Amino acid sequence: MTTLLTIIVLVFILIAIWQMVKIFDLAQAKTENSQVATDKDNTLNGYLMMGFLAFIYIITIVCVVKWGDLPLLSNAASEHGATIDNLMIISLVLIFFVQTITQFLLHYFAFKYKGEKGKQAFFFADNNKLEMIWTIIPVIVLAGLIIYGLNTWISITSIDESEDPLVVELYAQQFNWKARYSGADNTLGKANVRLIDIDRANILGLDEADPNAQDDIITTELHLPVGQPVLFKMRSQDVLHSAYMPHFRAQMNCVPGMITQFGFTPTKTTAEMRQTAEIQEKVARINDIRVENSKPLVAKGEEPLERYEFDYLLICNKICGKSHYNMQMKIVVETQEEYDAWIAEQKEFKNSLIN
Amino acid sequence: MSAHADTHAHDDDHGHHHKETFVTKYIFSMDHKMIAKQYLVTGTIMGVIGVLMSMMFRMQIAWPEEPNVLFEALLGKWAPDGVMDADIYLALVTIHGTIMVFFVLTAGLSGTFSNLLIPLQIGARDMASGFLNMVSYWLFFLSSVIMIISLFVEAGPAAAGWTIYPPLSALPMAQGGSGMGMTLWLVSMAIFIASSLLGSLNYVVTVLNLRTKGMSMTRLPLTIWAFFVTAIIGIVSFPVLLSAALLLIMDRSFGTSFFLSDIFIQGEVLHYQGGSPVLFEHLFWFLGHPEVYIVILPAMGLVSEIMASNSRKPIFGYRAMIVSILAIAFLSTIVWGHHMFISGMNPFLGSVFTFTTLLIAIPSAVKAFNWITTLWKGNLQMNPAMLFSIGFVSTFITGGLTGIILGDSALDINVHDTYFVVAHFHLVMGISALYGMFAGIYHWFPKMYGRMLNKNLGYIHFWLTAVCAYGVFFPMHFIGMAGLPRRYYTNSNFPLFDDLANVNVIITIFALVGGVVQIVYLYNFFSSIFFGKKATQNPWKATTLEWTTPVEHIHGNWPGEIPHVYRWAYDYSKPGYDVDFVPQNVPFKEGEVALHH
Repeated sequence: MTTLLTIIVLVFILIAIWQMVKIFDLAQAKTENSQVATDKDNTLNGYLMMGFLAFIYIITIVCVVKWGDLPLLSNAASEHGATIDNLMIISLVLIFFVQTITQFLLHYFAFKYKGEKGKQAFFFADNNKLEMIWTIIPVIVLAGLIIYGLNTWISITSIDESEDPLVVELYAQQFNWKARYSGADNTLGKANVRLIDIDRANILGLDEADPNAQDDIITTELHLPVGQPVLFKMRSQDVLHSAYMPHFRAQMNCVPGMITQFGFTPTKTTAEMRQTAEIQEKVARINDIRVENSKPLVAKGEEPLERYEFDYLLICNKICGKSHYNMQMKIVVETQEEYDAWIAEQKEFKNSLIN
Repeated sequence: MSAHADTHAHDDDHGHHHKETFVTKYIFSMDHKMIAKQYLVTGTIMGVIGVLMSMMFRMQIAWPEEPNVLFEALLGKWAPDGVMDADIYLALVTIHGTIMVFFVLTAGLSGTFSNLLIPLQIGARDMASGFLNMVSYWLFFLSSVIMIISLFVEAGPAAAGWTIYPPLSALPMAQGGSGMGMTLWLVSMAIFIASSLLGSLNYVVTVLNLRTKGMSMTRLPLTIWAFFVTAIIGIVSFPVLLSAALLLIMDRSFGTSFFLSDIFIQGEVLHYQGGSPVLFEHLFWFLGHPEVYIVILPAMGLVSEIMASNSRKPIFGYRAMIVSILAIAFLSTIVWGHHMFISGMNPFLGSVFTFTTLLIAIPSAVKAFNWITTLWKGNLQMNPAMLFSIGFVSTFITGGLTGIILGDSALDINVHDTYFVVAHFHLVMGISALYGMFAGIYHWFPKMYGRMLNKNLGYIHFWLTAVCAYGVFFPMHFIGMAGLPRRYYTNSNFPLFDDLANVNVIITIFALVGGVVQIVYLYNFFSSIFFGKKATQNPWKATTLEWTTPVEHIHGNWPGEIPHVYRWAYDYSKPGYDVDFVPQNVPFKEGEVALHH
């Protein structure tokens, strides 16, 4: 139905355009029509340029006001996330500043200097001083951004092994995720997809002879203790995937044939995150939408949509095939005690094998 | 002049006499003007297909899994009961990207205007090799046909994204589209690259050797500088993509392991060992990044020329413009890694690529400020070409600025592969390059077809397109910052993104209107070829040499001798003259100061 309406609207727009052209043509029937812009065209389009400038500003304001309250910009759940958010906000402010000024100059000049018969343009071919100014200012600003950015990047990517991080493997396959904990020895056992033995339930290809592998724990949910540095080792068994954990400002590709890594320290438990104002507002908004969307379902006699409750997610962010759009794993950040209780319930690798 | 040019002059003497057949004139033509038109029409047809695809997948994103009569009609078995299939969604996204980047904005833009303008603006009778030029077009045509054929194969067209990263693109069991569809994609691209290389070599040789008397490199219009540098970038980087494509073909069909290693899929271990998908990413982006400059530089050249001519002012900072083109071209070859910050490559490389990437902002800023200054105190003639040029600068700034975020490796972590990226590159190289192309078409249509495009249709085309382009891509930044990944068939599995659904509907409506508005342009273009107002020799009162040729196309371009050049291309509103333009072939008056050259 929506589609049909859309198509009808589009047809009407076309007809409207057709009529507008006819009006234009009739209005100009008397004047000599060479299809080159006349003073009248210059004036009209000059004013439209100012109108368009207003449009750009309005769409910017609308977007920022309506969709700019991004929990993803100000509510990071990891230690390094706050630095990224700072840098992002500085960059955005800078961008909006430059955007506002340059768009103004461009469109205002287009309006101010719209052509008139007999007017003489100013022959102005060169000015080294000006060129220097707009070379040096970007150089200085960018130097600042580069230094800040690189510092952030280096601190994120250099992993401090002395902090004794919790080592967890993220394992990607079409189209789901598994997590492998390294167990009491905090060392992941050797693994290779060539060792996968589905019949024995060795689904991640662990080396059964490796002593480090014996206490490894394979799960379908990712639990992390709050405040504990985690070092993720990523693996993929088939195609490229990307482990994207937006709330933690973390992402790394999973590449078949190699192990990639990314580390961070979660700073808010799931329960704490649910209590933050940003998330509560977002969840309320989403649930309003879900209630609205449930109405037609209920009318058809189907189940209404479930109420949404916030959870951290690990989602796939590299095109990986047909069900790429539904490759996710729940992440639970909890207190150390909760985590210890949870991990104690999981089966160790040596006990999960089918003999 | 070289002996080569003499032969051309000789041809010309007899050119009017010997009869050309329909086939040699319109099909296997060696005349650069006809080849330019062939590129343009082929590019336009591909463009229509590419835009239609985007309209289809935008409808799927806005109204996921809803039955749609259009899908049923156009997609057939891929839309049972009118509901789009997830595989074909990815295929549409993939082929849309491929067609728009390569077939429309590389061949359609650079192919059209390099062919049309290089000989005409440098004062040559034709390209250095008319034959290679013809071969180049027909290879492009062949690759287009193969790409279209690939849409109809049983298991579906290539669907691994336009970047075709293996192993997804290498393994037919990973995805239906990675079978015959991907084979045809690779064959088509290999032929396309051959075509592009032949074209580029021809452009470089022509610019270097066939300039008319007096046309020094520093008197060349900026269009020619842009085409020349673009051709060089193409020659440097396209062969690398060709090698990547060939190695991928080897992996797919001959069992090698360049890009594959340790794969377990559908219950079995594959034999591949020792290769690396990251290697493919390096090879792909070694072309892939310069490619965006292959797309945008010709548009910059066209816009510089059109802005100067319609402002009735010299382009501001001619030398700075050339230097910035060269700087962009050089930097473009050492920044490819910014597509790979989170690919698993060494983080140190990430630092290096952040540094080089952000440097590109400097020459880009210089260009933007120079364009704005060109408008200052001008006498702006608001022809449709001028509107598109101003629109180009606007979208180039908006899209370019967000590059500062994406080029920064620390920030890229969180917006990589989200809609933020889609918004950024569509504005900065998609819409901008398209505007450059439209500007070029409106400006040089009289030179191509001897008739004028209807300006009122042009105005309507521009203003509606401009509003829709911002309407589509500006809000898209915000859903990207909210974490929405690109290339998702539907977002309904993530309640987290439910509050972005209405933004997607707004974007789709703008996209549909924007797509339909292009009919105005198509109507204008095709009807004006036959019924447009007859053009005069120099309708825009421009200074460059192409406007000294007769309106009717002749073989060899100029009926008599090729004009000599005495000045640069931008003597607009020069003090001391009654008219507001002095063509390049007008000698200096006594006592006239060469303000420039």
